[in-house]
Amino acid sequence: MITAERKPMEELTECMKPFGRILLVGCNECVTVCAAGGRKEVGLLSSALQMHFMKENKPFEVKELTLERQCDPEYVEELAPHINQVDAVLSMACGCGVQEIARRYKEKPVFPAVNTKFMGASESQGVWAERCAGCGDCVLGITGGVCPIARCSKQLFNGPCGGSTNGKCEIDSSVDCAWQLIWDRLKALGKVDLYEENIAAKDWRTGRGGGPRKIIREDLAS
Amino acid sequence: MKTDSILEKILAAGHLAVTSECGPPRGALPNKVKEKAELLRGCVDAVNVTDNQTAMVRMSSLAACILLRQMGLNPILQMVTRDRNRLSMQSDILGAYSHNIDNMLCLSGDHPRFGDHPMAANVHDIDSVQFIEMVKTMRDEGKFQGGESIDGPPKMFIGAAANPFADPFELRVARLAKKAKAGVDFIQTQCIYNVDKFAKWMEGVRDRGLDRQVYILAGITPMKSAGMARYMKNKVPGMDVPDELVKRIAGVPKEKQAEEGIKICVETIEQCKEIKGVHGFHIMAIEWEQKVPEIVEKAGLLPRPSVN
Amino acid sequence: MQNFEPVIVAFCCHYCAYTAADMAGSKRLGYPPNVKIIRVPCSGKVDAIHMMKALEKGADGVYVAGCLDGDCHFKTGNIRAARHVEAVKKLLDEIGIEKERVEMFSMSAGMGEKFAEVASEFTERIRKLGPNPVKTSAFAQVRQAVG
Repeated sequence: MITAERKPMEELTECMKPFGRILLVGCNECVTVCAAGGRKEVGLLSSALQMHFMKENKPFEVKELTLERQCDPEYVEELAPHINQVDAVLSMACGCGVQEIARRYKEKPVFPAVNTKFMGASESQGVWAERCAGCGDCVLGITGGVCPIARCSKQLFNGPCGGSTNGKCEIDSSVDCAWQLIWDRLKALGKVDLYEENIAAKDWRTGRGGGPRKIIREDLAS
Repeated sequence: MKTDSILEKILAAGHLAVTSECGPPRGALPNKVKEKAELLRGCVDAVNVTDNQTAMVRMSSLAACILLRQMGLNPILQMVTRDRNRLSMQSDILGAYSHNIDNMLCLSGDHPRFGDHPMAANVHDIDSVQFIEMVKTMRDEGKFQGGESIDGPPKMFIGAAANPFADPFELRVARLAKKAKAGVDFIQTQCIYNVDKFAKWMEGVRDRGLDRQVYILAGITPMKSAGMARYMKNKVPGMDVPDELVKRIAGVPKEKQAEEGIKICVETIEQCKEIKGVHGFHIMAIEWEQKVPEIVEKAGLLPRPSVN
Repeated sequence: MQNFEPVIVAFCCHYCAYTAADMAGSKRLGYPPNVKIIRVPCSGKVDAIHMMKALEKGADGVYVAGCLDGDCHFKTGNIRAARHVEAVKKLLDEIGIEKERVEMFSMSAGMGEKFAEVASEFTERIRKLGPNPVKTSAFAQVRQAVG
């Protein structure tokens, strides 16, 4: 999923200051799962913002709404009946949702309430960790199912570097050395000879190197 | 001979090669480079010039290499994948070779987290193994990494680093094999304090015949004090400093510790000379370059051979 | 302000604090009438949003009373509750409201005295802090009059 974290309240209250009525929009997808911008977080932020501005003696009204998906035009359309009743939109979705609202409602200011972080998985309750860098040309099949791009601090395709210590990365002992994980997994699979093959320099055109990316499925596109 | 490098000639002739290192200054004063490098004249075959070492901004390795070349010294251009993409790396390699710099060391570099610009983006377009392959292709096939021909290819003698002491130990020889496969010519190892472990690694290296494919220069760093020994042991990732060594240096009075450090360093060289497959020494006397001549002399590595 | 009588909301776990409140009653132990008890099946069910809404709607202080360490009927509900309270404290701090307005307490079903003691002490704490700044603002008073 795409993970996110709520921005500091100070930043949010600062950017909401000029407005008296806002639409606070959550998203039922990734940000709900990572407890950053679902219905619950919308309620909590709404409450916090209103309390803050009440304390400051400033009229401030929040209309709460949580969409099924903020990255789909069909769902974003649901904001249409409310959009003219507010001065601004505060979105708790990832950057995709914020941009979709900005695209659809051109004359309404929209602000992000969360910082979108990474594509990750849940390691345990309340803990999410980066797993995928979206490089556009997956190598997991030859790296034992552990991504060297997303999980090695130096993005090494032929690691580990000289800083791997007791299975941990040199940058922080709380970070697993991706190449230790890759090696352990290749051993478990009986595929250590895969390690002997040098992985060639990556063609980054499939990633961000090629500029903004798009997928067009001819069979589905209208 | 793959190149015109003097270092290659010395190694090919079967001499024990000696290299050392010169970290460029944190400023634009050329004399700082010259003063440091001058200390090494006559006692080493080539001088590594570091590239923003420990992820701190310094004068560029290429510029400092040119200064060394102008002094008649023989620089090894260090280059890290952290700061440049492949376009920039290749253009710097062409530039270096145009100034008769014909040795280089391909590294991934310390993570920016450790330096004075932890907020910087790290590039890592390619890794050190792919880097070696790129430089080899430029030299042997006269082609850029992108596939186009080079008009006047740079003939670099290609080096890389190896750390026999990092984890997992069982992968350390295999990692060297990857670099050998990529086409590396020489290896400079991480500082050796645990000679037994180094010897064990070398055994693995010989078992795979890697010592006949690449020249291995044993990395040596003299310790100035017990404080430095403890720091290396506890704070530097991938460093293996045995307790006995810390005890030994801490066991002599403070004013004698530097002397003891040099003694240990010379002993380490003597022990490594006995290990089959060691082709020379890379002496990294960090901010202590003036001691290199003494170490080289005491280790019986003088005079340096002449191969021209 | 001298006449300030704080409104306190206490979320009490059915298995401990709520029974303790009963016990306090049957033992005729007095505790301030300011404390409005809300019975919950487990303190772990009390979410940040419940505490925040209570404060937003005009409570001067909110506390959660759950089971003693290791005694939660649902194993770890009390631990979760304590974390939720910590999260609300942090959020209040961020928006400039005294974090002392929320607290977590633990007690067993038999601790009638402890219940009365906690209720009195917490009421005193909030009395000293004064009214919730949210409800003293002119805008909030208008809002409440309208709402």
